[in-house]
Amino acid sequence: MERCDLVITGGGPAGLAAAVSAWEAGVRDIVVLERDQELGGILNQCIHSGFGLHTFQEELTGPEYAGRYVEKVRRLGIPCLLDTMVLELSPEKVVTAMSRERGLFQIQAGAVILAMGCRERARGALRIPGFRPAGIYSAGTAQRLVNMEGFLPGREVVVLGSGDIGLIMARRMTLEGAKVHVVAELLPYSGGLKRNIVQCLDDFGIPLKLSHTVIDIQGRERVEGVTLAEVDANLRPIPGTEEHYRCDTLLLSCGLIPENELSRAAGVALHPTTAGPLVDESLETNLPGVFACGNVLHVHDLVDFVSEEAAAAGRSAARFLSGGGARGHRTIPLRAGKGVRYTVPAAVDPVRMDEEIVVRFRVAGVYQDVSVVASCGGEPLVRKKRMIVSPGEMEEVRLKRADLLAQPDAEEITVALEMKA
Amino acid sequence: MRESRELICIGCPMGCQLRVQLEDGAVTSVEGNTCKRGDTYARREVVNPTRILTTTLPVRGGCRPTVAVKTAGEVPKTLLLDCVRAVRSLTVIAPVRAGEVVCEDLCGTGIALIAVRDVEEKK
Repeated sequence: MERCDLVITGGGPAGLAAAVSAWEAGVRDIVVLERDQELGGILNQCIHSGFGLHTFQEELTGPEYAGRYVEKVRRLGIPCLLDTMVLELSPEKVVTAMSRERGLFQIQAGAVILAMGCRERARGALRIPGFRPAGIYSAGTAQRLVNMEGFLPGREVVVLGSGDIGLIMARRMTLEGAKVHVVAELLPYSGGLKRNIVQCLDDFGIPLKLSHTVIDIQGRERVEGVTLAEVDANLRPIPGTEEHYRCDTLLLSCGLIPENELSRAAGVALHPTTAGPLVDESLETNLPGVFACGNVLHVHDLVDFVSEEAAAAGRSAARFLSGGGARGHRTIPLRAGKGVRYTVPAAVDPVRMDEEIVVRFRVAGVYQDVSVVASCGGEPLVRKKRMIVSPGEMEEVRLKRADLLAQPDAEEITVALEMKA
Repeated sequence: MRESRELICIGCPMGCQLRVQLEDGAVTSVEGNTCKRGDTYARREVVNPTRILTTTLPVRGGCRPTVAVKTAGEVPKTLLLDCVRAVRSLTVIAPVRAGEVVCEDLCGTGIALIAVRDVEEKK
């Protein structure tokens, strides 16, 4: 069987940044396995700008951002196998993959970085009544059709869900000459970034209806219309609030789900909230030498943070391969406290952690004037004021190694919101 | 005449809530921004809002049907739809290189349109 020190499954932004950082940390035997015919992942279809403000201090389009990393990987000469589908990962880190060129093959990896990204929640998971006519697309599928294949999927559009891709596609379809009638969002707040509501909806006079959902889809062969209704606090449609829209297309932007079939089959423990692997401060899963980063770990809003996280995973894998950073120290679990849905990582090892680590999390609702507090045994370690927090925007708090080492009896660290009294 | 306008900054994903004070149409103060970008955005947004336009062009003889393009600078928001209509009459011929100018002056704005990725010739 072939052997390779580091196998990276996925050649999108996470996989590429992990490859570059592992190389910079001294790993020379790396292979990136990518199922698409080119590197860059979903960034290739994200032609809008707004990427890279943190990483490169300039505003880039998706293809440009991907291009920077593809260029780095090429310059370093890191092998990338395209059109290659990873079929299985074993707990012993044997990667089984397949491609038209090589057929079925196996690689015994020294370490593995999971970087498979995420996929969109589909209609079937939303339980919308009605027939199954043509004209219902996930927002990302429509994005691919418009931006990469050069097709406009429809002319009269309703968007369900206010995730960023839905907002971006409302603008994109409008620019391409379609009429976007409305964006409906089930929850009382948008799941997308504020800037996207401004520049994708407000700029074009597209209404956003919060606390609304699609309760019926009309049409047998092709979508002919949809019925929207307002929902109550329990997200149940309110009778009498139905509104009919004539349209030929319904776009769904109702959430992203980390793609962890490979991880689950390998025995990687997953987090019930994120649906991504449970990782420690080194982004290592319960399988020693298997790391995760990017949207397969938890869904990000910003690719810049994906790159940052992936670079950390690359360094951790390099340390693992050089025999350093062994486990066996004490690890302190991180608990999501009041107003916090989850944290990544879910545990920290104060001995092997870096001087400072970033803990990313999402909040459970929209809150104003709050403090983010990380505490240990009732003692606050970090406190950070936030004017406004919302589930659509990922938050972070930084933990210092010295602070944790000073708490030898710590049983857990809680990350919570403190509301203003 | 004094007026006050509330904006959400689109300069970065933070989305700062901005309050702009104007006197006779001229900006007198910007509050709520947490960086220089917010100040610049607010001053321009209330007088002459501008945006980067990104779209795609068909490619002739390319290994893929389209190439993504962007304006080299921001164009007036009111001209976005005119600009994108003007783009529709353009076609480029493969190979295309990232950074290549595909239109010198888009729709009389004086702003160029540039490709953001490579598209190789069809083999």
